[in-house]
Amino acid sequence: MKPVNFDYYAPTSVEEALDTLAELGYNGKVLAGGQSLIAAMNFRMARPGALVDLNNIPELSYIKPTPEGGLAIGTMTRVYAVEHSPEVAKRFPLLPEVAKFIAHPQIRRRGTFGGAIAHADPAGQLPSISMVMNMKCLIKGKGKEDRWVDAPDLIIGPFMTVIEPDEMLAEVVINPLPARTGARYEQVSRQNGGYAQAAVASIVTLDEKDNCKDVRMILMGVGELPILSTKASEILVGNKPTTEAIEAVAEEAAASEIDPATDLHGTAEYRRSITRVLIVRSLTEAFARAEKGG
Amino acid sequence: MTAKYLSQPIKRLEDKYLLTGNARYVDDIEVPGVLHAAFLRSDYAHAKINKIDVSEARKRPGVVAVFTAEDFGDFWKPGPLQVPPPTAIAGSKFNARTIVPIAKDKIRYSGEALAVVIAESRYIAEDAFDDIIVDVEPLPAVIDLEKAWEDTSVLVHDDLPSNMAALVSQEVGNYEEAKKNADVVVSKRMLVEHVAGAAMENRGFVAKWDEQDQQMTIWANTQSPLTVRGSVARNLGLAESQVRVITPYIGGGFGPKVMTSLSDDVLIPWIAKKLNRPIKWTEDRRENFLATTSERDQIHHCEIALKKDGTILGFKDVFYHNTGAYDSYGMTVPLNTQTHTISNYRVPNFYTEIRMVFTNTMVVTPVRGAGRSEGVFVMERMIDFAAKKLGMDPTELRLKNLLTAEEMPHKTGIIGQDFVANVLDSGDYLDNYQKCLKAVDYEKFRKEIQPKARKEGKRLGIGVVAFTEGTAVGPYEGCKVTISTNGKVTMATGYSTQGQGHQTVFAQIIADQLNVKVEDVKVITGDTGSFAWGAGTFASRGATLVGTASYLAAQKVRAKIFATASKAFGVPEDEIELGEGFVFVKGKPENKITLGDLAIKANPMRGVVEPGVEPGLEATAYYGPPHGATGSGALAVIVSVDPETYKVKVERFVMVDDCGTIINPLILDGQIDGGVSMGIGNTLYEKMVYDENGQMLTASFMDYLMPQATDMPKKIEIIHQHNKSPLNPLGIKGIGEAGAIPPGPAICQALEDAFSEIPLEILESNLNPSIIYDYVKKARNS
Repeated sequence: MKPVNFDYYAPTSVEEALDTLAELGYNGKVLAGGQSLIAAMNFRMARPGALVDLNNIPELSYIKPTPEGGLAIGTMTRVYAVEHSPEVAKRFPLLPEVAKFIAHPQIRRRGTFGGAIAHADPAGQLPSISMVMNMKCLIKGKGKEDRWVDAPDLIIGPFMTVIEPDEMLAEVVINPLPARTGARYEQVSRQNGGYAQAAVASIVTLDEKDNCKDVRMILMGVGELPILSTKASEILVGNKPTTEAIEAVAEEAAASEIDPATDLHGTAEYRRSITRVLIVRSLTEAFARAEKGG
Repeated sequence: MTAKYLSQPIKRLEDKYLLTGNARYVDDIEVPGVLHAAFLRSDYAHAKINKIDVSEARKRPGVVAVFTAEDFGDFWKPGPLQVPPPTAIAGSKFNARTIVPIAKDKIRYSGEALAVVIAESRYIAEDAFDDIIVDVEPLPAVIDLEKAWEDTSVLVHDDLPSNMAALVSQEVGNYEEAKKNADVVVSKRMLVEHVAGAAMENRGFVAKWDEQDQQMTIWANTQSPLTVRGSVARNLGLAESQVRVITPYIGGGFGPKVMTSLSDDVLIPWIAKKLNRPIKWTEDRRENFLATTSERDQIHHCEIALKKDGTILGFKDVFYHNTGAYDSYGMTVPLNTQTHTISNYRVPNFYTEIRMVFTNTMVVTPVRGAGRSEGVFVMERMIDFAAKKLGMDPTELRLKNLLTAEEMPHKTGIIGQDFVANVLDSGDYLDNYQKCLKAVDYEKFRKEIQPKARKEGKRLGIGVVAFTEGTAVGPYEGCKVTISTNGKVTMATGYSTQGQGHQTVFAQIIADQLNVKVEDVKVITGDTGSFAWGAGTFASRGATLVGTASYLAAQKVRAKIFATASKAFGVPEDEIELGEGFVFVKGKPENKITLGDLAIKANPMRGVVEPGVEPGLEATAYYGPPHGATGSGALAVIVSVDPETYKVKVERFVMVDDCGTIINPLILDGQIDGGVSMGIGNTLYEKMVYDENGQMLTASFMDYLMPQATDMPKKIEIIHQHNKSPLNPLGIKGIGEAGAIPPGPAICQALEDAFSEIPLEILESNLNPSIIYDYVKKARNS
């Protein structure tokens, strides 16, 4: 379990990092927190010819408010910093709630916010959360214009994104949520801090008449990729989020929107069953929070 | 005798090294000029080898040598039988097919070594794997234990008529006769599944051959340094004195590190000698999962016969035990299962049959629990099933049949891993159980807590089981205690330590005898250059065997102190008094001789000594018991189950344990806590899985789930009993495996109780929420 030979670069600025990535092309790979990549390299499942380590670029670590009232998070910001940021907690309490499920504090101290999203592990929490929150991802490349990609369009397959080999994810922006919005993350995993056997994150907004104005719900661990539910909005938007309506979403989404697999830790049937349960729990709590003002 | 330290919760002396990162492990050993070994391991579970072409690998820069089985010539041979089968059991059959150091002609499990690469670095050695061409003819894999037993099965060893490794039956009384008088008979098939030892530190081995001195030095994290020394000496045609095995600090053993004659300890010394270069091998986690040893993996067909009033008339158990591809470790595990199946209760008629079977899986040897867990699991489960059929409370049925202090010593008549008929030496199993019921407040749970929770839609269940733990088996261990001329004490033993706190507990026993400060006793474990006799670390025998040897050796040194002081002061021995670190004549404390000065006097450089006088304040002692000492206990767990996701949480964990005299309560509780994490882990998280082709699906911690600190119950409540063993002067019984044994059946009982309105029957040991979901669904539909 030793990696194959690789070259190592430690740029100290974004510009230098982009120069290096451009030079390396397909041979290069960005190293962020290393919590997934290094293990994959030790198993020799990943064999990059060169690593471009972003850990010496302080300008990539920040959490700062945007003029619109959202937050911009630098790609190298540690998950732990996001988890414990009062700015984040104030605007997006869903994020610290989710962060507590990501492995253990030691790993969150190393793992990075942008790195986890760009890694696009379908079993990882942050790619799913970036999708359900519709985060905006800033991609930079040498000699290219900066481009912004919505998270649902960033991830195109398991461990696959639209980020080119000479590019890097530089920043993630989360736009502010409307008033009367509530969110809730629910997960079942075998170990605390382990991979989700199924998880559901919901973000809901109520209108002034307590009808559902908007709902975004993502189902993870139950398909090849995280699944943004369409049933949820079909059934709920414009209607009262009654227990019956929420149960109808759970029934229909669990029946038709997911494609769970049987593996060592559970059968497809079990995963389908808990997805139904988690949808009910997630939506119920999200609406309760929305009612209280979010 | 003073007992200043015995039974005191003193902090572990070794922790100042272990907890600060200053302990040296095998991988920390730096030998100049060292080369690194890596084993290419088979991807196939069962295959005929046509050719392994290593010619390209040999050309890779940085590669020094590559060996396959052919390259070892006559040195290649199947290893020794590390544990022979007992001859005492009449009619037993055993086919020895011992581990080969590296696959030749045939591959018998996925992970078996095919080639060993020696290179300037481990990185280069692993790179060279890509250069090796393995040409094999795959064969169907033998995985299912019951199918493997059939005469029609594919064979793991072609020269045997079947995959039978052993067939052993033992009977006390006459089960079939007893069954005729039974009011109730219950039969079940149960699985006790495969788990890993999963020590934090993987195995490691460094060998250095000194051509000038003709000496081999080995650093290894083995539980059995003297077995390694013996086998290396025999393999290389050396005298034992030419081989020194040193075990530095070791990060956990749990059983698998007792196994020797694996690829590393056989081949690496030979290669080090041949190349005349030191060689280091550090096992990685994948190799540990695939190719070290592991345990459990039994299928039981049990039957219990009872009277209506709950009196157990008899028990029958025919079980398949997977030994893996080879059986060098004999039958220790299934014999433990046989002895532990009936060792809690009055079972006058007992028939037990081992069907030990070869399969295309890694070799099975003891892992903490080691057959005991399996025996206790099936007996406790069967009692629960019988209680349901009788309409009795499961605790009531146990209270009726548990052995009491008046029945001790109790001869079960079943021959165990120490080859003698099992004798339960001490304890009060009924009292253990009653104390446990009281501590968990069983009545209150039944009458108040559970009904209230049920009304709130919460599912709570309780399970209360009994267990025994056969420990401290022979043959023997020993040690040497020396008072140095600086007044400090050194103890050396061949026993190796993996974190159990031996350096503290042995020091406590010795310090009391010699009246010195405990921190002035240095304990050297597992260095054959310091002490070269002993069997190894297994069966929770360290505290009892080495502890007793420490006591006996220290007493001999104490006698020497008095004899030497008597001569020095010119007064009879009974006028000598031993202070803390010095001696004096009673009533004259102003004129004292320190133990250091007395050690000088005990080693005269000129003149004469009386016949029979041995030099120095030093003595060696050995201790070997007639049979093992059996610890016992009871466990109550209360679990909550999420009624929708079937996630299980252990809400209360109350354990009663009897290990006789407690040497150090702090270390004792730590041992139990560690065992409990293994027991809970085995039940709710861990499972080693092979697919039908013999591929292990759980070869990393991504798939083989260990309980983590955050998964453990908040509190483990422990109640200690103090029934001393009559077998040794301090009254000690072992404790190392206790925590790992009872959690499985207790949690199963509690889960069934949480769903008491449906006929839920859990027939396997390793669960997860999805499995529980399936059981509940099946029970609801029945």
